[in-house]
Order: sequence, then structure tokens, then C-alpha cells
Amino acid sequence: MVEKHIQLAENSVEKETTTINLGPTHPATHGIFQNIMEIDGERVIKTEMTVGYIHRAFEKIAERRPYSQITPLTDRLNYCSAPINNFGWHMTIEKLVGLEVPKRVDYLRVIIMELARIADHLVCNSVIGVDTGALTPFTYVFQWREKIYEIYEGICGSRLTTNIGRIGGFERNFTDDTWKKIHDFMEGFPAVLKEFETLLTRNRIFMDRCIGAGPISAERALNWSMTGPNLRAAGVDYDVRVHSPYSSYNEFDFKIPVGSAGDVYDRYLVRNGEMWESYRIIQQALDKLKGMDSSIFHADAPEFYLPEKADVYTKMEALIYHFKIVMGETDLPPGEVYHSVEGGNGELGYYLVSDGGRTPYRLHFRRPCFIYYQAFNEMVAGGLFSDAVVTLSSINVIAGELDA
Amino acid sequence: MTKEIIQERLNQAFSGAALQWAEPWGMLECTIPADQNLAIATFLFQELGFQFLTDITGIHYPEQEGKELGIITHLHNLKDNIRLRLKAFVPVAAPDTHSLTSVFSGADWMERETYDFFGINFVGHHNLKRILNVDEMDYFPMRKEYQMEDPTRLDKDDEMFGR
Repeated sequence: MVEKHIQLAENSVEKETTTINLGPTHPATHGIFQNIMEIDGERVIKTEMTVGYIHRAFEKIAERRPYSQITPLTDRLNYCSAPINNFGWHMTIEKLVGLEVPKRVDYLRVIIMELARIADHLVCNSVIGVDTGALTPFTYVFQWREKIYEIYEGICGSRLTTNIGRIGGFERNFTDDTWKKIHDFMEGFPAVLKEFETLLTRNRIFMDRCIGAGPISAERALNWSMTGPNLRAAGVDYDVRVHSPYSSYNEFDFKIPVGSAGDVYDRYLVRNGEMWESYRIIQQALDKLKGMDSSIFHADAPEFYLPEKADVYTKMEALIYHFKIVMGETDLPPGEVYHSVEGGNGELGYYLVSDGGRTPYRLHFRRPCFIYYQAFNEMVAGGLFSDAVVTLSSINVIAGELDA
Repeated sequence: MTKEIIQERLNQAFSGAALQWAEPWGMLECTIPADQNLAIATFLFQELGFQFLTDITGIHYPEQEGKELGIITHLHNLKDNIRLRLKAFVPVAAPDTHSLTSVFSGADWMERETYDFFGINFVGHHNLKRILNVDEMDYFPMRKEYQMEDPTRLDKDDEMFGR
């Protein structure tokens, strides 16, 4: 793989290779995790990844928390697309208790989830630009991520760690101001994404840095249990939205962009393609919402959905349910469910075991980037060190999700 | 490939293993002996198309004597889009099972994580050491005997609303 070109005298204290640390705190890692890399000149021979620097024991904490208080924990997994995590958790509970949510809630969720996917991919793709030396696209698209965050803000009041939605629907209906922000976004975004692509996609420097960097074959990617855009860049069209549809995704018409080489450039192209598809999905969802009763924004599930405050003061049942939900005294049915959603960077799975109590008996998060990050060594071995840096930014490793 | 064919083929190939089947919430689930997990995973990989490992994790049931620790493996047949959950139980005194790393490269960190939190020993794993917790830790924190809060604290007693 790497030819030997340094000849050292016998018993020399010098080594043929150099060991360097990329991380734990290094701008190229975009998070706290360490890569101990053995390099021979410019070539990477072996990488050992150390993770766990921000491990917060979410699975243990979740065993003591009522289900509604677990949503804020899921925010902190992939914090670039927190709403997808929140809805994924709500859908897991809905699956366990057999709760059907109204179609309008499904479509509203789809709109927010696809906006979150766009926000996530904007960050990841523009950061590839930053790591290859192009800061302009990054600052440019961050304005538009900001616009998405303002939409979240209008719905739930927070921006990064959203805690958006409730079990059964949303905490409140979308306001006119929020709808205006969504429509403004839909109007302006295509031109921005087009310009972003013009800046990078056929840029000679960008292409030279990305094509052939950090490749992985479809077979190896599957064997490493990779999911999301990274797997699709290698040529496997596995998408949870299509394979195990949730939230009425089966009613939408969208393509799954796939790559062929599984390198940084393909990952970039797949994410860009997905942003276009997400945009189309939102358009379809907006069309589907036309003519629907716009007052519905949650399921009729008094045991799980917090009642109106006015009702709490005036109606006995509402008061009882309010108390039970706030104190976390609603028991879950016993059972075991696995539910997965297509997160920003892959299949985000929730394995929930309930023993019939108020908290999960066991909750496990299948975090996509924890699983595919272990293939990093294989992706960068034999390549240039500078390729390793670009690879790291292109696989969208989010430290919060890595360490749970 | 259907769920029935999978059950039939697996029952046939591992007739001595007394496989127990269930289908909670639409997901096919099979309880297998822990010492045969590698053989069964290999069979599923080669014969039945389960070539995608979704997840490996653990669970602790302290009151199940002799079967305290569970290893839960989620597999996915992408071609026919069938998910399968394998469950194997081991005693906490000798929590040994086989590592699936020879079939699925991706099992590497999943098994390390399960070892880290539950102390399940995956025989055949090339680098079974802690991954998220510090190396010096001498217990397995996801086991049920380790409570979230310090149990000696009196001010934190919440017998009304605690588990």
C-alpha cells in the first residue's frame, strides 16, 4: 500500500513514521474526539479513533425520566437536525401506545423534518468547503440555516436544541408569521442552493481536493453498517423514509440520490441532491395541507397530550391529565419497539423496552455516526493526510451523537 | 423471502437450539442460545440475505436468574426489507457470547459499547475495551444495581414519583 522510502540505520532511535494527534480539540474535527494518526510523510498509515469525550449517559438518564422529559435528551444527539430526533422519539412512543396522529400533523412534521435535513446538509456541505479553503459558501448558506432556525423559533421558541413537538402532535399551531417564514424560505432557497452549487460543484480546486478522497465501496459501507448519505454516496439506495415509511412519507414522490465512488465528492453531491429532494417534499406537503382543517395540530390523546391551560382551570379531567403528564405519572404499556427515522446523517433508531412503568426500562439510541465513524480508519488509510481532514468533514460526524 | 420462510429455514438449520419466535409490534423476534449467535448470524448473512447489521445492544434483567444479561441484535434484510431482532441471554456470572465482528465489521464498536455498559464478553473480538467510559472504570454502569442518583442521599428520596 505505502512503499518504504526512508532508510534508517539499524538500532536508530528514529522511527520511519510519525504519530500525530488530530484532536481532541482541533478545528478539523468539528467536535471533541481524537484521531491518533500514524503518518509516513504525507500518507496516512493507520488511524485510531478515541471517542467518549462528551459522553453524558443519556441511556441511563432516560431510565429515570418520564417519556416527555426524554425529548430534550434526543435534541443533544445530532444537534444539527434536532427536530428529526424529537419527532423520532415521539413516533416511537406513538408506536408503542398505538396512537394514530392526524394527517395534518404528519405533513407538518414532514415539513419541519425536511427543513431540518436541509439545515443539517447545509452545515455539512459548506464545512467541506471551509476545510478545502472556501469560506464564502459557508457564510452565505448560514444565513439560510438561520432562516430555518427562525422557523423553529416561531413554532417552539428555541433554535438549536429544539424540543419541538409533543407526543401526538405539536405544542401549538403554526402561526401566520411562521407560515410566512416558511413560504419566504421556499421562495428564496432554490436560488441560494443553486448559487451554492455554482460556487463549489464545478470548482476546480474543490473537485481536485474531493474526488477520490476517503473512498469506500458499497460492499464495505454496508458491512460497516453505514447509513444515510454516506451509504448512498457509495451506491446503496437505502433510505428509511422509503424502506420503513413513517409520518406518511409513502405519500410523497421523491428520489433517493445515490453516488458511485463513495468518496468525498459523491457525499457532497448526494447531500446536495437530497436538499433538492427535501425542497420538493416540502412543496408537496404544503400542497397537501391546502384545504385541510387548519385547526388540527395534535392527536386527540388526553393521556399523553397536555391539555389547554384554560381547560385545566375549568375542567376536572383536564386538571387530572395535566397533573399526570407534568408529574410523569402516565404509565406506558409494556412492550418492546424499535422505531427508526432517517436522521440528518443516517438511520436514527430508538430501541425502547417498557415494563409498564412511567419510565423506559431500557432505551437505546442507534446513533448513525457512532456506527459509521468506525470505518474512518479504512476510508483514510493509504491516502493523503489532507484527504483525511476533508473526509472527516464530509462524513458529518456530530460529537453529540457520537458519544450520546 | 417472507417471515414464514425465515422461521422455517432457521428452525430447520438449528433444530437443536429451541428457537423461540415472537412478533411484537410487527418486528420478527427470535430468542436464540447465546453460544450459537455467531453460527446463526452467519447463516442469516449467507443464506437468508440479512447482510445489514442495524444494531447490537444489551439489557439487564436482574431478577431473571441465570439469564440476567441480554444481547439484542437487530438485523435487516435490505433486499426484501425484513427486520429481525435476535435476543440471547447469558448469566451475569459468565456473560460470554461470540463476537459478530468476523461477519459484520460494523459490530466492532457496537460490541465495545455493549461491553462497556453491560460487561458482556464478546469472545473473538479483537479489541474489546471500553469505548465511551474511562478506561479506569471498574464497573458496568448500565446494569440495574447502579442507580442514577446516589442512593445514600436522603434529600433526594422521591418514593412518591421515583422508580
